[in-house]
Amino acid sequence: MNKGLQRIYMLPYALWIVLFVVAPIALVLYYSFFDITGHFTLSNYKSFFSSTYLTLTISSFWYALLITFFALLVSYPTAYLLTKTKHKQLWLLLIIIPSWINLLLKTYAFIGLMGLYGPLNAFLEAIGIGKQQILFTDFSFVFVSVYIFIPFMILPIFNALDKLNPALIDSSRDLGASSWTTFRRVIWPLTLNGVKSGVQVVFIPALSLFMITRLIAGNKVITLGTAIEQQFLVTQNWGMGSTIAVFLILFMFIVMVITGGSDKGASVNEKNK
Amino acid sequence: MKELLRGAILIVAVSLVLLLINDNLSEGSNKTGKNILTIYNWGEYIDPDLLKQFEKETGIKVIYETFDSNEGMMGKIEQGGTSYDITMPSEYMVEMMAEKDLLLPIDYSQIPNIQHIDPYFLDLPFDPGNKFSIPYFWGTVGIAYNPDLLDGQTFESWDNLWDPSLKQQVILVDSARETIGMGLNSLHYSLNSTDINELQEATEKLKKLSPNVKAVIGDEVTQLMVNNEAAVSLTWSGQAADMMSENESIDYVVPEEGSNLWFDNFVIPRTAKNIEGAHAFINFMLDPEVAAQNADYVGYSTPNLTALDYMDPEVVEDERFYPDEDTRSHLEVYKNLGLKMLGVYNELFLEFKMDMK
Repeated sequence: MNKGLQRIYMLPYALWIVLFVVAPIALVLYYSFFDITGHFTLSNYKSFFSSTYLTLTISSFWYALLITFFALLVSYPTAYLLTKTKHKQLWLLLIIIPSWINLLLKTYAFIGLMGLYGPLNAFLEAIGIGKQQILFTDFSFVFVSVYIFIPFMILPIFNALDKLNPALIDSSRDLGASSWTTFRRVIWPLTLNGVKSGVQVVFIPALSLFMITRLIAGNKVITLGTAIEQQFLVTQNWGMGSTIAVFLILFMFIVMVITGGSDKGASVNEKNK
Repeated sequence: MKELLRGAILIVAVSLVLLLINDNLSEGSNKTGKNILTIYNWGEYIDPDLLKQFEKETGIKVIYETFDSNEGMMGKIEQGGTSYDITMPSEYMVEMMAEKDLLLPIDYSQIPNIQHIDPYFLDLPFDPGNKFSIPYFWGTVGIAYNPDLLDGQTFESWDNLWDPSLKQQVILVDSARETIGMGLNSLHYSLNSTDINELQEATEKLKKLSPNVKAVIGDEVTQLMVNNEAAVSLTWSGQAADMMSENESIDYVVPEEGSNLWFDNFVIPRTAKNIEGAHAFINFMLDPEVAAQNADYVGYSTPNLTALDYMDPEVVEDERFYPDEDTRSHLEVYKNLGLKMLGVYNELFLEFKMDMK
């Protein structure tokens, strides 16, 4: 193909990246250097390293880690079972469909489900445990977040497992490997890329959840997202809000690098096909 | 290749047509000429029948939009995308908007009905001489509670919230000035304190409330209280009125140490197109019968003295929603503390929220 034409094809992509990725990040970076009165300053960065924001960062990471871990714990076996079913596309669709429903709507539904007089508590009472305060706890926060992220975790893992050549598993078993060894030495490494992209799409948004922290956790869980929202909408301190956003972008970048890593899994996968 | 190009051209053409239609449409909504009035109000904050009545009486068509925070509202007015003719900010926001030169002075020759407003609510420090604003509704901040869910706990003082029997029962508002303000009030400090020591003391005291706090949320609290899910909440008087109308066990009290007295006010933004219509609308809303009907619908307290005669005496004599002047003298109106101080309040509030477990 001639080079000129190739450039034209690049144009929409380049425009998109510049307008909607590069420009916003540049703006965020730019705003982070101004204080509330519009003067150039580095003080926002200094205040980020105060104990408040460092604690906030650690707690955001901790909850994002918990959410990712539990989402993975549920998703991997689910995705594995899905690939074994007869109508796997249908089952997959059934898992994906809830993610089409508005997030806010689902969150409000959980307020009802987990309420003192909701079905969950009715169940707990019926089996003799008695009423518990479920809403506004760490548990409810992690549970609802995991529920919301599961489809995004299942999809890439499912794709990776689905592409896996079953002959590889058969030969591993033929050569005397136990199920566990087969999983550990063959299946897991070959689907690691799916797991990595799943972790990316869950961990990164989980770092900055803010609506669920208020509605489900009653602000007992505070993340960087909460702080950004407050700085922009209430305090009107765009500088500080942008500074937190800059660090969030930085953290995301680091997570991408860590989980991106080598493409070994994929290339081995391709070769073996 | 050709198909690709044809497709691309088609998309561009369709987009252009849509753009054109959109332009025409928005021109329609921006046609804030003589016979259109654009109102920007809080959600659920007017009786819709009154808008229809106003349209009928004056022939002016009303376009009605809502906002959910003073700050968000100001942001939109500042950008000036839509030219709103009337909006209803709270008192500290009136001050801030006047400072930023976003408001037009009100021409009182066009608003004879101003005579019905209780002089107590006029000429307040946030807008001396009511140059830019006329009070729309007023109310207080206090404690809404459900005695059925609490054994005998009463609330005369803010300190009652710290009672150990209320473990995991209290719901606070996700708003820095109200919550930190409660801490300040409980220590007998001013709600408008800018003394960092006082503010820190208030935050420390709030942290001791943590074991009692069930959640820090927004408007969702109404539903939780109505459904008996929550027993005690820090709330605005009108929100308490909403709760009480749906759940009769709930009661509302303004603690004795004092609290916040707030006003939402009519203002005319500088970007207004239909200034005459805006004045006509304010005058219409100040008509005693209209104001009474509106107050009945909205549930907050009206500053319209004559309107009180048209209202249910039971409501008007209810000390919880129409406290007498003696009680009101204990209450404080928020001052605009400036963005820097607002930042400090929010920083401390964040600290408090992080401390909760």
